[in-house]
Amino acid sequence: MIKSELKYSKDHEWVLVEGNKAKIGISDHAQDALGDVVFVELPEEGDEVTANESFGTVESVKAVSDVYSPVSGKVVEVNEALLDSPELINSDPYGEGWMIVVELDDASQLDGLMSAEEYEAFLKEEE
Amino acid sequence: MNYLPNTDQDRSAMLRAIGVSSIEELFGDIPKSIRPQKPMAIPRGLSEFEVKKLVSGLSKKNLNLEDLSCFLGAGAYDHYIPSFVDQLLLRSEFYTAYTPYQPEISQGTLQAIFEYQTMICELTGMDISNASMYDGATAMTEAAIMACERKKNEIIISDAVHPEYREVLQTYAKSLGIVVKVAGHVNGLAAVSSLASLITKQTAAIIVQYPNFFGNIEDLPGIAKLAHDSDALLITTVVEPVALGILEAPGKCGADIVAGEGQSFGNGISFGGPYLGFLAAKDRFVRKMPGRIVGETVDNQGRKAYVLTLQAREQHIRREKATSNICSNQALCALAATMTLSALGKKGLREMAELNLQKAHYAYKKLTALPQVEAVFEAPFFNEFVIRLKKDPEAVNKALLEANILGGLPLKRFYQGMENDVLVCVTEIRSKEEIDFLAERLGGM
Repeated sequence: MIKSELKYSKDHEWVLVEGNKAKIGISDHAQDALGDVVFVELPEEGDEVTANESFGTVESVKAVSDVYSPVSGKVVEVNEALLDSPELINSDPYGEGWMIVVELDDASQLDGLMSAEEYEAFLKEEE
Repeated sequence: MNYLPNTDQDRSAMLRAIGVSSIEELFGDIPKSIRPQKPMAIPRGLSEFEVKKLVSGLSKKNLNLEDLSCFLGAGAYDHYIPSFVDQLLLRSEFYTAYTPYQPEISQGTLQAIFEYQTMICELTGMDISNASMYDGATAMTEAAIMACERKKNEIIISDAVHPEYREVLQTYAKSLGIVVKVAGHVNGLAAVSSLASLITKQTAAIIVQYPNFFGNIEDLPGIAKLAHDSDALLITTVVEPVALGILEAPGKCGADIVAGEGQSFGNGISFGGPYLGFLAAKDRFVRKMPGRIVGETVDNQGRKAYVLTLQAREQHIRREKATSNICSNQALCALAATMTLSALGKKGLREMAELNLQKAHYAYKKLTALPQVEAVFEAPFFNEFVIRLKKDPEAVNKALLEANILGGLPLKRFYQGMENDVLVCVTEIRSKEEIDFLAERLGGM
């Protein structure tokens, strides 16, 4: 499942742009590939994240993976519900399973991300 | 028999292979000025027989605890080790300090570690234990690191925690940017008032020892409340875990992490090592805990099997995220502890703890009744207590040694204002006669 209003990164994160803020999570494809998520490690509010660098960790029954930030900026919100209910990433990756909201340093970084159609094609290619 | 592995022929073959003619040429790049000008003054080799004679002669100068009445504790405890422990440790299936690199193939090793973890959890009242650490001091320090977060990087530690443990903590803290604040004891106990005065919003944890360095039993519930009310953790370090045979488990008194020394269980004193650190915590710290955890599961045919359930980050993956460099551990020492505890059982450990308690209290009464000796603290204690002597403790210890008594630890080495104070330890091994003899000797000085 791919949601049309979102932008996607090659590391399978999605971004929902709202003004100068970006909400970030991992795609349905990513959660499916990881399997049952059992633990999530997130940054704290006020932390700076950098595009293409790890901002957190998702641990599933299969693997421990870094989550990369598609954009640079300051973390203004963190989904603390994930700390107690990491399975939200599996059940609702684009909704309740969001991870952080970042205040964008540079909106032009969004241009490097894929549209839903591009991401769909990217997934086909990866297979 | 020649024990040098290389013959002259071997050496010239190796030199030929790399294309140099002599050792001299091989080291040609090293300036002559920094090379030794003459051959080192090493005497000619000895035969095996001669070496044995020489070394066993030297070893006779050593004193050991078989020959002495030991009243020295302070972090290393003279407890009985059942003979089967050393015998079983020597079995080739077990005789390594490491957990195997292909762990699941060694089910016996993993099962032994699993049993060890279970026992540590039972003793400490914690949910999880790792497979062991280097020693008590590093285990306590790793607990402090677990407690710290980016916004909380202060540790408050009571000065009634083992001074050497505090030094290890300071050493680690310096490079990790952790601030360590030391709270003075009041009458031999960590006082809520002195701990509370150091607490800030950045306080990650309070560390106390249980029983503490002076042998006294801290009020864990009171200190736990202080920590938790300030949004900090309580780390309890246990240096003499035999005490847990009768004391309430720290976990039941509010501790969040318990770290300590397991030497008392089946491991000899031997110059401070190898010892056995244990580290146990409440469930929610499982991913912050360094080292590895063995878990029990079933294989594809439903048979019981043991696996390395959790190896946080130290070894295989994501090493850059590691919080600790512990990866190997003290598996053999942990095995000795497991075997000793299995042999003792719950009841046996309690009896052992009671013997320590009773003998120490008998010694306390006997010694403090002497005009030469004064009691220092009035707090409840386990198997160690502090006495004040009229004479210089070093001189007293020297005189005691002549009577084959290893005296207690003079505390002036670690504490100002305790110039004449001695920390005395009495374990289950000390007989009434030995205690009476110590009293007699001290009374004669």
